[in-house]
Amino acid sequence: MSRARGRSATAPPWPVALPAALAVAFLALPLVGLLVRAPWGRLWEVLTSPTSLSALRLSLVTGASSTLIALVLGVPLAWWMARSSMRGRSFLRALVTVPLVLPPVVGGIALLLAFGRRGVVGQYLWEGFGIQLPFSTPGVVVAQVFVAMPFLIITVEGALRGLDGRLEEAASTLGAGRLQVFREVTLPLIAPSLIAGTVLTFARALGEFGATITFAGNLEGVTQTLPLAVYSGLEGDPAEAVVLSLLLLAVSVLILVALRDRWLRTGAAS
Amino acid sequence: MRSRLATLAVLAAAALGLAACGSGSTTGTPTTTGPSGPGGTITVFAAASLTESFTEIGKQFEAANPGTKVVFSFGPSSGLATQITEKAPADVFASASTKTMQTVVDAGDATGTATFAVNTMMIATPADPSEAVTSLEDLTNPDVKTAVCAADVPCGVAADALFAKNSLAVTPVTREVDVKAVLSKVQLGEVDAGIVYVTDVKGADGQVNGIEIPADQNVTTDYPIAALTGSSNAVTAQAFVDFVQSAAGQKVLADAGFSAP
Repeated sequence: MSRARGRSATAPPWPVALPAALAVAFLALPLVGLLVRAPWGRLWEVLTSPTSLSALRLSLVTGASSTLIALVLGVPLAWWMARSSMRGRSFLRALVTVPLVLPPVVGGIALLLAFGRRGVVGQYLWEGFGIQLPFSTPGVVVAQVFVAMPFLIITVEGALRGLDGRLEEAASTLGAGRLQVFREVTLPLIAPSLIAGTVLTFARALGEFGATITFAGNLEGVTQTLPLAVYSGLEGDPAEAVVLSLLLLAVSVLILVALRDRWLRTGAAS
Repeated sequence: MRSRLATLAVLAAAALGLAACGSGSTTGTPTTTGPSGPGGTITVFAAASLTESFTEIGKQFEAANPGTKVVFSFGPSSGLATQITEKAPADVFASASTKTMQTVVDAGDATGTATFAVNTMMIATPADPSEAVTSLEDLTNPDVKTAVCAADVPCGVAADALFAKNSLAVTPVTREVDVKAVLSKVQLGEVDAGIVYVTDVKGADGQVNGIEIPADQNVTTDYPIAALTGSSNAVTAQAFVDFVQSAAGQKVLADAGFSAP
């Protein structure tokens, strides 16, 4: 990736400025709308209402749980996909990408048909153990892991594949076992990507709406996460929906700030 | 390469997030109507429980008034009312509650409203019910999983009124965003019972069982309709409102299980 030097040669011609400005306005105006129309006077009252607090608590707990599960299951899969030479690897990669491009509501229906009380797997859970994932907090985590884990897998796998293998080979030559090499050489090398992937996964889990409401339902304190509370608020008290939207916006901005080194400076670093 | 992947992931996240939140329905309303009579396109915002009957009424209206086209946006009445008071380009609003219609009237977006149908509630159970649900009282059994609409949505208000009227303490496992979502949870067998409208059970074509609630225990819901003041095609909008209340419109509604006002 070579970049041409010098501003004059690479700077876009001026007519490009108009569509570019429109793009900026298009992306920024909805956020401005949210800020302008926010009921600032009621902000504290709405934020500290029982509905908001339980939705916030539920979002943090389920978001953290699904990120943890995604790490435990996703990193091994990423390692496998990046380093094994087995057949069907590209199929596996496509499979992992599906939840990324699938509309979340479709994911929710698929989850219902698999893990619902009459689902392919869920019927055995229900009949054998009396476990019903829909309408339960674990069901929210299942929906979040389904949509968010691919972010972690793809980010970590990309990092592993882009790694200079000589360091690992050197460690291996010096007598380190494969797990030891992974822990002491590979993991530190991919740490930035691992962190970025983890933050992205958490962000995606936090914003999850479609799969959650379809698969897990919508009940305050049990399955009503922040995005569901925003949607439900729109039915009753739109001002409440706006305040909760602001809260989610603030979290998104925090995540962007946390990721700024990896994402906002991609032009410089690579 | 790494940064490009990360960028891709971020973009995908943004796209999915937006797709997940996109539920607005804004349809343009071209004004091609002449001064003579109905013509052109109108957008009708209607309660989810009117999906089947209004789709049919729309077809009949288009057939009776050549040159017209009726576009529907079905959803929870309260959400539609919010969109209307936010000046969504709608021409007619048919609500499943007088209260949500009143918020539209109060906002100055509608003036004359008329009640065009009455609905009552019913218990829907899966087509092959695994648990025995035969009456309202059974829903208080903690082993019976019940789905109802959200407390702010008309069908949820009606369900809560139903439980209150019969002094029943029912703890639903989920409060769905509209009545069709309740119905689909019943259809899939994820819940043992759902409180829906009589018309929903009829519209489900045998895919759910309906358990009648005796009239003295039941609650009724009035459905008001109004042409909206913001309509850019007021003639056609009013013609549609009149058609819903005409003999032809009332027959479709009666066939769907609605009672006459």
